[in-house]
Amino acid sequence: MMASMFHHTVGRTRHVFADLKTLLARATPPRSGDMLAGIAAASAEEHVAAKFALAEVPLSRFLSEAVVPYESDDVTRLIIDSHDAPAFAPVASLTVGGLRDWLVSGEATTEALSALAPGLTPEMVAAVSKLMRNQDLILVARKCSVVTRFRNTIGLPGTLAVRLQPNHPTDDLAGIAASTIDGLLLGAGDATIGVNPATDSLPQLLQLNQILNELIQTHQIPTQSCVLTHVSSTIELINRGAPVDLVFQSIAGTEGANASFGVTLAMLDEACDAARGLRRGTVGDNVMYFETGQGTPLSAGAHHGVDQQTLEARAYGVARRYRPLLVNTVVGFIGPEYLYDGKQIIRAGLEDHFCGKLLGLPLGCDVCYTNHAEADQDDMDTLMTLLAAAGVTYIMGVPGADDVMLNYQSTSFHDALYLREVFGLKRAPEFEAWLARMGITGDAGRIAPYAALPALIARFGGGGP
Amino acid sequence: MSELPAKPDRWTALKAATPARIGLPRAGQGLALSEVLAFQIAHAKARDAVHAALDVEAIARALGPHVLHASSAAPSRDIYLRRPDLGRRPAESSALALADAAGDPLDLAIVIADGLSATAVQAHAAPLALQVADLARAAGLSLAPFVIATQARVALGDHIAALLKARAVLMLIGERPGLSAVDSLGAYFTHAARPGVSTDADRNCVSNIRDGGLPLEDAAGRLFWLITEARRRGASGVALKDESGLTSLLPA
Repeated sequence: MMASMFHHTVGRTRHVFADLKTLLARATPPRSGDMLAGIAAASAEEHVAAKFALAEVPLSRFLSEAVVPYESDDVTRLIIDSHDAPAFAPVASLTVGGLRDWLVSGEATTEALSALAPGLTPEMVAAVSKLMRNQDLILVARKCSVVTRFRNTIGLPGTLAVRLQPNHPTDDLAGIAASTIDGLLLGAGDATIGVNPATDSLPQLLQLNQILNELIQTHQIPTQSCVLTHVSSTIELINRGAPVDLVFQSIAGTEGANASFGVTLAMLDEACDAARGLRRGTVGDNVMYFETGQGTPLSAGAHHGVDQQTLEARAYGVARRYRPLLVNTVVGFIGPEYLYDGKQIIRAGLEDHFCGKLLGLPLGCDVCYTNHAEADQDDMDTLMTLLAAAGVTYIMGVPGADDVMLNYQSTSFHDALYLREVFGLKRAPEFEAWLARMGITGDAGRIAPYAALPALIARFGGGGP
Repeated sequence: MSELPAKPDRWTALKAATPARIGLPRAGQGLALSEVLAFQIAHAKARDAVHAALDVEAIARALGPHVLHASSAAPSRDIYLRRPDLGRRPAESSALALADAAGDPLDLAIVIADGLSATAVQAHAAPLALQVADLARAAGLSLAPFVIATQARVALGDHIAALLKARAVLMLIGERPGLSAVDSLGAYFTHAARPGVSTDADRNCVSNIRDGGLPLEDAAGRLFWLITEARRRGASGVALKDESGLTSLLPA
């Protein structure tokens, strides 16, 4: 079939879009990465005209026109080959615009959305998100239910989990332990206790893996540890008998971008099988932890002229093959050449969360920014609050929101407590019960008073005599 | 109140183990105002470092009489931040001026570039440039005049080297500020730099040059090692990376 062009007429101007990927790029809300790639709409009118045209595209078109060629990209092949036609059937006759109207309607119940997830491709989901305002993204994501399990149950309605991120600039073990204790005392860590190592030396990775495992085992904490190193290093750790709970990897939406990370689908298959084989989960076997972020394929020179938000959704197409415990869009980390300011970061965070949830993934968000972006902690407050309203699976817990190893600002343990207070959000139930048993939380899951902390520190063997 | 004496001890031991913001005083379940403001002042310093304009005249005075200037194709800080591609190539007027200033082929060009922290460059770049230049000249290398470059990214140095007919380029450039350090200088060395061809894999980087980080003297020593070793081997980048650290630990 010849790829026919797309068009929409506004007054006397006929806006023409050569192919599907061009149409998607022009319909994307403005962001610096698409401008940098030279694929963004040239005017505000062209942007909205593209939305009009995109609304008319049948969803089935996405099954016959790939934005990245099937022949040359294994992510496209994964998406097309694993498409679930029966699950797609209920919306098969709809346009992208029709899907938007259906998603916000009462017909799109939690059950209907769960059943639909395998029938949607990442490109369909990205396309419909471009037609949705922020409130639509929140409304629909909130209806999606994605529950995952390893040593606790993540994603139940009315809950929010936190990844405890105890990074240290030189991987000092006492320093990592200190930040971990601080986070636990503030009720964080049910998503995972996950450290980004400063080094990739195997002996050091092994040590990190062991101290986190020891802490979890000694105190019988119903959570899982993760050392966020390259998947090949984690496979090596498993081969050496290390107590690996979760396998981490950064992934992206094209084969070329994944190659720039030094990762292939075969490696992910191997790592996922190896970690499941250890059978370390007590209540489930979701063993993968993926991180993503808009702009990665462009920075790797592997974007194929596709907009960064559509490619981000394709990364979720990779993630869902592995039934991950956690997927995290590190939304503001990449810098202002991809997401310029607070407005762009907030929009991207809501899009990513919506797309991931609609595809059936446990989407969390590293609500974050760097110091050269036009953003500050007020923007982070806005995004985390909107994401909590949207039912985000988890956020990061970084001491004081200041990551002293990666040099960026994220969300703090205290930020999660704010969200719990405003939205009445609970932790993973097993972890919530453990905190209460330890005396870390009291009434309604509220944290112990500051003055009570020194006595609690001693229980973890921290802080000297 | 009887518990008070125990409190500082336990937090102090934990806090001593990490620069992370732990054990923070609270108001309710949130942060005490003192902590909110402490964070904001650190962020403010970082933001100011990103947006500060380099005092080009002051740097030029510190470097001596014969200094060249270059601007990237990014006309403002705002565009610089959005368009890294423009920061990697020279403005047309700068390209012409540098080409005019070029003489015979020579060994090394040292470029002082604002990058993402003019604060870092203002504080450390001139003394480091002078130290490296002295070491290089003493070893018999021919040097281009110092170049001060604004709205610059690392790869702009490749163009400058080509225009000045320099066989290698050393770029001293402000690193992206964090909350804990806003004056961190990075140094990127590229042997046989080629505009549009050289990549990160062809460069050697010495980073975190600042008070409380890598001292200037150590940085100068490592950079000089890289410059001379790259000349000997005819390459910089990945091949050189592993050994520079080791060798610099050996007595000369």
